Amino acid sequence: MKPYKIPAIPASEITPKHLFDARRKFMQTAGAASLAALLPQALWAASLGDLKKSPYSTAEELTSLKAVTSYNNFYEFGTSKDDPAERAGTLKTRPWTVSVEGEAHKPKVFDIDDILKMAPLEERIYRLRCVEAWSMVVPWVGFPLAELLKRVEPTGNAKYVEFVSLHDPAQMPGQKYPVLDWPYREGLRMDEAMHPLTLLTLGLYGEVLPKQNGAPVRVVMPWKYGFKSAKSIVSIRLLETQPTTSWMKAGPNEYGFYANVNPEVDHPRWSQAKERRIGEFLKRKTLMFNGYADEVAPLYAGMDLQKYF
Amino acid sequence: MSIKNLGNKTLGRIKVVVFMLALLPLFKLCAGAYRDELGANPIEKISHITGYWTLTFLLITLTPTPLRQLSGWLWPVRLRRMLGLFAFFYGCLHVLTYLVLDQFFDWQDILKDIVKRPYITVGFPAFLLMIPLAVTSTDNMIRRLGGKYWRMLHTLIYPSAIGGVVHYWWLVKKDLTNPIIFAALLGVLLSIRVVYRLRSIRLFAV
Repeated sequence: MKPYKIPAIPASEITPKHLFDARRKFMQTAGAASLAALLPQALWAASLGDLKKSPYSTAEELTSLKAVTSYNNFYEFGTSKDDPAERAGTLKTRPWTVSVEGEAHKPKVFDIDDILKMAPLEERIYRLRCVEAWSMVVPWVGFPLAELLKRVEPTGNAKYVEFVSLHDPAQMPGQKYPVLDWPYREGLRMDEAMHPLTLLTLGLYGEVLPKQNGAPVRVVMPWKYGFKSAKSIVSIRLLETQPTTSWMKAGPNEYGFYANVNPEVDHPRWSQAKERRIGEFLKRKTLMFNGYADEVAPLYAGMDLQKYF
Repeated sequence: MSIKNLGNKTLGRIKVVVFMLALLPLFKLCAGAYRDELGANPIEKISHITGYWTLTFLLITLTPTPLRQLSGWLWPVRLRRMLGLFAFFYGCLHVLTYLVLDQFFDWQDILKDIVKRPYITVGFPAFLLMIPLAVTSTDNMIRRLGGKYWRMLHTLIYPSAIGGVVHYWWLVKKDLTNPIIFAALLGVLLSIRVVYRLRSIRLFAV
C-alpha cells in the first residue's frame, strides 16, 4: 500500500466560502422543502433538537436530502433504488426494542426511546461509499456504538458483534422474496465495533431517521462499504466467533466479512478504484478506507487486505 | 388479404404505428431528463433504461420467425428489419451512455473494463455483432450479398442476443428476476426455431 498523500487542490478549484454556504443553504432548503412536500407531516416532524458538532465530520458538500432519502439500497423493501422510499411506509418504528445479548455480563433489552436519550446526540457528516461504486456525503445523527455496548458489560469472550435487522414480511414486503437469507445480518470485530467512528445512528439532517434509511436505529461505519451498515436493528449479539453475514452467504467470493473500502481490491465483477459521487458527473478516485485511513488503518495492521476483503 | 398476410397499405399503417411506439421509451426518457425525474443517479438510470430496451427489441426482433412457424402469420416478418434497427438504435444509445456519460471517454478505464469486467467483456462484443447487421440491412446490401450469405450473416443476432442476456445476468448484484425473464423468453424463441429445424430435417430424411 502506497503512503497516503494529501492531494494538492488548485486555488481555481476552491469555491469561495460565501458561495459554498449559499449553495449549501439552498440545497438544504430545497431538499427539505421537496421532502416535506413528499411525506405526510406525521412521518417527518421529529427534529432531534440541539446536536453536538462532531470533529469527525467532513467539510465536503452534503448530498441533498432528496437524494439521500430517495436513492437507497434496502432490499427489505425491494431491490430497486426507489423501492425503499416508495414502500417503507409500512414499517412501524414504535414500539421498538433492541436486545443486546450474548457474551455480556448485563444483557438487556433497550427501548428505542431510552436509546435516544442514552448519550448526547452528535451530527457526524460522513462519506458513504457503496460497494456499487457510488458515494454520498450524509449528515448522520447518533452517538458511538461503544456507548451502548459498554452498558451491557461485554465479557472477555466477546470477540465479535452481530447486528440482526427486523424480520417481518408484513412490514417489509421485500422479505417475501428470498433475495437474501432473511433476517439481514451484519457483523463487526469487537475493536471495530468499539471504534469511535462506528456510529449508532438515529437520524440524519437533524431529524429522526427516515424509514427508507433504516429507522429507527442503524449503524454507520464510514470506512466500510454501505452494506455493512445494518438498518432497522432489533438485536445486537456479542459473540466469540465470527458471524456469517447475509452478503457473505449470498456471494462468498464477492462479499467478505470486513468489506473495508479499498480501491486496490476490486469486486470480482467491477473495479473499486473510482466512484461516482451522487450529483457529480465525473468519477472521483476512491480513497483507502474511504478517506478514514488515519483513524482505522491501525485496526488492520499486518493483515493481508486482499485475503481479508 | 387475410390475417396471415396483410396488404401493403395496412402493413404501411402498422409500420408507422410500430415506429411511433418504438420511439416511446426514448421520448419518456427525454421527458424524464427534462423534468429532472431520473432520480439521484441519472446516468445509471439512462444506462439501465437504454439497456433494457435494447434487449427487449432484440427479443421482439426474434419473434416473427417462430410466430410464422407456429401460426403461419407472414406479415410480422416484414416488420423485422425496423425492429432490428431499433434494437441497434437503443444499443447505440446504451453504449454511448457508457462511453460518454459513465466513463467520459476515459479510454484506459474503458479498455480495463472490457478486459476485466466479465459483463462488459461479453456485452461489448454482443453490441459489436449488431453493427454488420445494421450495415447490411438495406435492400441493396441484401441483393449484393445474395440471400444465402445475407441470411448466414444475420444469424449473428443469436450470439448477440445471448451475449446481451448474459451481460444483464452478470451485472445484477443479487435480484435475478429480470435477467431470468429475458433468458426464459430468449430460450423459448430459440427453442421453437430448433424444434422446427429438427422437424424439417427429419421430413427430408423420411
